[in-house]
Amino acid sequence: MPSHVFGKVFFRNKTNGVEPMNKTKHLIEPRDFTIEELDELFRLADNIIASPKDYLDVCRGKLLASLFFEPSTRTRFSFEAAMLRLGGQVIGFDDPSASSTSKGETLADTIRTVGCYADIAVIRHPREGTAKLASKHSPRMPVINAGDGGHQHPTQTLTDLLTIRHYKKHFDNHVIAVCGDLKFGRTIHSLVKAMSRYENVKFIFISPDELKMPAYILDELHDTAYTQTDNLEMVIDQADILYMSRVQRERFVSEEEYERLKDYYILDNLKLQNAKEDMIIMHPLPRVNEISDEVDDDPRAVYFEQARFGMFVRMALIMKLLELEV
Amino acid sequence: MINVSKIKKGIVLDHISQGQGYKIFSQLKLDEIEDVVVLLRNIPSNKMGKKDLIKIETDIPLDLTVLGLIDPDITINIIENGERVDKIKLKLPQRVTGILKCKNPRCITQYEKVRDIDFILADPKKRTYRCEYCDSHTSL
Repeated sequence: MPSHVFGKVFFRNKTNGVEPMNKTKHLIEPRDFTIEELDELFRLADNIIASPKDYLDVCRGKLLASLFFEPSTRTRFSFEAAMLRLGGQVIGFDDPSASSTSKGETLADTIRTVGCYADIAVIRHPREGTAKLASKHSPRMPVINAGDGGHQHPTQTLTDLLTIRHYKKHFDNHVIAVCGDLKFGRTIHSLVKAMSRYENVKFIFISPDELKMPAYILDELHDTAYTQTDNLEMVIDQADILYMSRVQRERFVSEEEYERLKDYYILDNLKLQNAKEDMIIMHPLPRVNEISDEVDDDPRAVYFEQARFGMFVRMALIMKLLELEV
Repeated sequence: MINVSKIKKGIVLDHISQGQGYKIFSQLKLDEIEDVVVLLRNIPSNKMGKKDLIKIETDIPLDLTVLGLIDPDITINIIENGERVDKIKLKLPQRVTGILKCKNPRCITQYEKVRDIDFILADPKKRTYRCEYCDSHTSL
């Protein structure tokens, strides 16, 4: 009897149109790397920061495909700058209407085709799970998730971790105050998940009631690992790291609600008076009003350096996924 | 009482919860096969009060994980030469492939043809599974 009589419900399909398993390493979510692999990546990033000229030619002859199905400035520039600084080249698009998907091509076919030309691909897409699907159709070309809807943004997490490591020298025993839109901030969710893997890390979640950290993130933390408040000034003196975030206008259904909450927290020099001398202030950028311009000159403000680290960690990531060494 | 004769070679799905028999019949697309299939409903049972039962006269191997997802309390009897040669008690599978559909409207699987999506058991009590692509939870 032919197996199709029962349909796919009844039988395991031996082939399903997806490429067979392969050893190509992708980065789809932060936990695709072990703590040891992350340490290796950060050591490489440190070396690149220390001596970027040693890496000018490491990607000579390699092509990065930059597939941005939704707008991005920071992440796209950061990846493209990373590849160019390694001596490689970049092809791609930042507007899906310029790609064959506008003609009805499937994502699987797009990725298979790109895999014929490029050595590594970066993909951003508004739909959740797109990078994972792309990786399944890419048996030879590593795929990096540069953001899949509200789901994951692992290279921002790598950026944040490298910044913390650079300024604090280690990941353990920190009090991390996370302030702002904790409900919709995918970078914050990823950061909390990533930092909770380290020893004795405490979180202070600071948000208005409407923008509190989702239960599914809190469920993964030990009860003693976090506290919640809506008052930044009351807790700022406890923080080793203050991670500010933007209230995300695009997530609100009601403009009125956004207007009411957007300036709930504004970090200024007055509020910083009680903060520790060696605290660092981070922000994934772009900022709106949540950090006053006057704070930019405070030596504790590291958010623009954080963006620079983003490029270095992406250089290290490209090298690692392409298995290149100096 | 209706009597249904023994099958010589095939599978008997026993201890199906009352009313679930037709659902399983449909999920397995048994209406599409040419072999002998019998669906019995509302059979008196000492253990269950009433139960459903399906007999399939076939030599096609089954994917047992599928049945475990639909109803983990089912007993599967493997019949050869008219005798039961194996009795399998099902468990809720850790992973199911190609049966569930993701209900998250933002998931890529709603927009691209993705065959055989893996779902990983998330909550055994609620029988919910996590989509391998977007991590959102769903159930059958």
